[in-house]
Amino acid sequence: MTWIGRSLPRLEDPALLKGRGNYVADHAKGALHVTFVRSALAAGDIVGIERPAEGLVFTGADLDGVGPIRPVLHRPDYRAVGQPVLPVERVVFPGQAVAVAVAASAAEAEDLAEQVFIDIDPIEPILDFDAALAADARAVHPEAPENVLVEGRLETPGFAETVASAHAVVELELRSRRQSAMPLEPRGGVASFDEATGRVTLVASVQMPHMLRTGITDCLGIPESDLRVVAPDVGGGFGQKMSLFPEYVVLVWLARRLRGKVAWIEDRRENFLASAHSRDQAFTVRGAFAADGELLALEADLRSNVGAFSCYPVTCGVEPLMAFGELPGPYRFSQYKVRSRGVTTNTCMMAPYRGVARPMLTFTMERLMDKAAAQLGIDAVDIRRRNLITAFPHRSPTGVVYDEGSYLQAMEAAVAHVDIPAFRARQAEARRHGRCLGLGVSVFSERTGYGTPVFAQRMMGIVPGYESVDLVMDPSGNVEVRIGASPHGQGLKTSLAQLVSDEVGVTPDKVRVVSGDTDATPYGWGTFASRSIVISGGATKLAAVAAATKLRKIAAKLMEASEEDIALEDGYARVAGTNKAMPIPELARAAYHQSQRLGMPAGIRESGFYDPAGTFSNACHICEVEVDVETGGVRIVRFVVVEDAGVVINPMIVDGQIAGGVAQGIGNALYEEMIYDDDGNLLTVSLADYLPPTALEVPDLEILHMETISPESVTKAKGVGEGGTIGAPAAVLNAVADALSPFGVEINVMPATPERIRAAIRNAKVPADA
Amino acid sequence: MKPAAFAYLAPTTLGEALAMLDGVQDDGKVLAGGQSLVPAMNFRLARPATLVDLNGLSELDHVSGDSDRGVVIGALVRHAAFHAPPFEGPLAELLAKVVRDIAHYPIRQRGTFGGSLAHADPASEWCLVAATLGATMHLASVAGTRTVAAADFFRGTFTTALAPNEILVRVDLPPLPAGWRTGFYEFSRRKGDFALAMALATLQIDGGAIRAVRLGVGGVSDRPRRLETVEAFLAGKPPTPATFAEAAELARGAVAVTADIHASEAYRSDLLGTVVRRALAEAAA
Repeated sequence: MTWIGRSLPRLEDPALLKGRGNYVADHAKGALHVTFVRSALAAGDIVGIERPAEGLVFTGADLDGVGPIRPVLHRPDYRAVGQPVLPVERVVFPGQAVAVAVAASAAEAEDLAEQVFIDIDPIEPILDFDAALAADARAVHPEAPENVLVEGRLETPGFAETVASAHAVVELELRSRRQSAMPLEPRGGVASFDEATGRVTLVASVQMPHMLRTGITDCLGIPESDLRVVAPDVGGGFGQKMSLFPEYVVLVWLARRLRGKVAWIEDRRENFLASAHSRDQAFTVRGAFAADGELLALEADLRSNVGAFSCYPVTCGVEPLMAFGELPGPYRFSQYKVRSRGVTTNTCMMAPYRGVARPMLTFTMERLMDKAAAQLGIDAVDIRRRNLITAFPHRSPTGVVYDEGSYLQAMEAAVAHVDIPAFRARQAEARRHGRCLGLGVSVFSERTGYGTPVFAQRMMGIVPGYESVDLVMDPSGNVEVRIGASPHGQGLKTSLAQLVSDEVGVTPDKVRVVSGDTDATPYGWGTFASRSIVISGGATKLAAVAAATKLRKIAAKLMEASEEDIALEDGYARVAGTNKAMPIPELARAAYHQSQRLGMPAGIRESGFYDPAGTFSNACHICEVEVDVETGGVRIVRFVVVEDAGVVINPMIVDGQIAGGVAQGIGNALYEEMIYDDDGNLLTVSLADYLPPTALEVPDLEILHMETISPESVTKAKGVGEGGTIGAPAAVLNAVADALSPFGVEINVMPATPERIRAAIRNAKVPADA
Repeated sequence: MKPAAFAYLAPTTLGEALAMLDGVQDDGKVLAGGQSLVPAMNFRLARPATLVDLNGLSELDHVSGDSDRGVVIGALVRHAAFHAPPFEGPLAELLAKVVRDIAHYPIRQRGTFGGSLAHADPASEWCLVAATLGATMHLASVAGTRTVAAADFFRGTFTTALAPNEILVRVDLPPLPAGWRTGFYEFSRRKGDFALAMALATLQIDGGAIRAVRLGVGGVSDRPRRLETVEAFLAGKPPTPATFAEAAELARGAVAVTADIHASEAYRSDLLGTVVRRALAEAAA
């Protein structure tokens, strides 16, 4: 019996469920508290900063010698913009930290911060890409006079002729409004200075502790060895916590300056205002189709509002360039013309959020398929059958190589599970009673587990990708796995323990995974981009295989058997075909304490390193909704997911990833929107204004699995962290559009709020009572 | 998001509470369930110098009466008390219907009936109940107790007839005996969110015609509104969809709606018509 494939309860959960988690705020005891003084204006020149007569207040002028955060992309079209840790000349987005107040408690630090007056000469802010791209637009940054920080262009050689000879061209203009990843635990850090060593330890709620250390020490001009970064339990990240923020640089600077301990625990308002946003995009596409529904060519103009700065380390290219490269998704066409721009504005910085560009590009391709189907008189499922990729490896027009997937099979399985003819009958019956039901299909690819080979193509100054793992079995036979990944809610420690258990033969509870501490783990890139089970899991498996090999050697020596005959399972090394067995702890003890008998180096200590090209997961989502046409309200009736993530190591954890992702996708589709007013004030600064779905808005999901094995993953597992979020918006919005098809209206904006839906119905070509 | 410094007083009798509040006057604020006040303090939108905590005043935590005689509700009664009201009849059914749309279960355990009215959020369900049914508020101070009709109590967003040294101690809801039918419809972005629009209707129907009616709307303007002109239109009419559609149009004409990020004026006005129709239809069903 293997541990892989079992829904083992998460080893992480007992502590979390009993309130014994170890979050950053649990480290704040004895610290001075920090409050950042933030700009109330979106744009302006700093004329002066008045500090109170008493109290610890610092500004950018105090941060002598501290460099800006300056992510690099080696592309000719990239305009590098430095983000000053605390600006002294000008502010470029509302909520930008300008000064910092330090006091004995958080409340007193807020009192002190209220006494700091920042005098700003206001400038009219540029808030959206239309304003930023206008011919006479002011430059948000002098380094980027056109307000475009990055731009990708491509046109395949046969594009124009293909479009000219196409049967029909279908056009779409879609918009995703700005959203927040909104982790339940906002950001936070506790920095403490150690007098004995002169080092600072920063405990912070982050996804990339090693990268954070590099970024902070680069800004401060100190060696990495002077800083230890620890990511304790992290209450959600979703990409928001993978960037370096000025606040963390300030905390480490303060700890060194004050030779003490300082804590900053971000509140919800700050998190909305000044952490990172996402998804502010407008895509215009034209699909050229043959009469039988084959998509022949696609033209796309993609604009992403990347906010005031480029995020470190992945840069502001992350959304526009992902959209540029992966818009074709799971469809087969070969002619592609695309222009994708990252536009800078006086708004909060854009950073990765679960799904990165793909929720919008999946919405785009899936709307395109539905609209083309309607225009050409083809069934919405049939048009996908005609266009989905079925031969592998598949090379997209942008050169992305897809390993084997089950795009068509997953859709067929979902379609069969849902029973579309039965739904159509219910839909027709409901319409006779004035009720509007709709069904939406979404098929998509999810690129996961990609290492250095793929990241290198992005030409970032810092190229992530590989993972390293150090695995040690101690003399008692327990295993410690030190990983460079930094899980924060994914249940990775449990999944890795299952992988290790199957190799070395001890139960998962004897496997301790250590992560998120730069003093205790090998340099690694953290947890993001649906990578950890593939890459860190792969490195873990390789290390575990090496450890198992050594255990077998030891067992063979001690039991005078052949190494090939040793099986490691249930805590024992057994000799096949005999009743000879030794408990694994005895082997471990011998490895450390009787090494002279073994004729091999003492101890059991192995490393694993893995740097794959990546593997595509795929899925099909089908959603059923009912739209209340009088209010514009949407109720999700049913949601089906057929997921193919290769070998599923822990089904419960994988289903949890899918469920959480779908919940966020539902939020993207129907509820969540960050709103600035015309003056650049953010209006959505609390959870009364910004509305993620709750348990009441998310239906029970029906999740089915397929299992395509990829040679690109040594664990045979594919990543599954983002798929739910990528696929759900398109399924929900296609369902809404289907429900409203009698009115002849289109759903072109997400979130499709009740007001937007109601307005579309009121403006419908076909009256509501028709 | 920590409150500015404040003094905290915890009286155990109403007399003590009134004396304390009178002592602090303008800088004082009464704390009941704290479900609105405490977040406002954490945002530093509210900065009372002194809080007078009513939670020790068990004398304010009681409900008495019934649908036939009307109900007396102490100011400290929690919303959750109406999940299963301690009396029967149409009034109990109405309150039980309405309470389910007030925020979420944990908030309903803590938030109070009196606190909702004194806070006077335009989207408060209890304020709509009080305005529509014509509740009577009892306001106490060291000088004594006075009564104010709901129509005079709500003055605007977060604004009431309460003087700085007064405490809302009791609310009387008039009788709603057997024979009255009730309807309530609220539309919000998510379950438990602030109403974008809501309507409450009580009807007596006899011989195929509406004999008596109360109709109110909330969440649409600066305060809950009882719509007397629409009530007058409905009286004597048959309780049909056509009647209710006309009533909805009249209601839209009677209220100047407000806009926020979740609903423009046009959308909210549109919703107002829908919730009025649905509340009336539910009452008539």
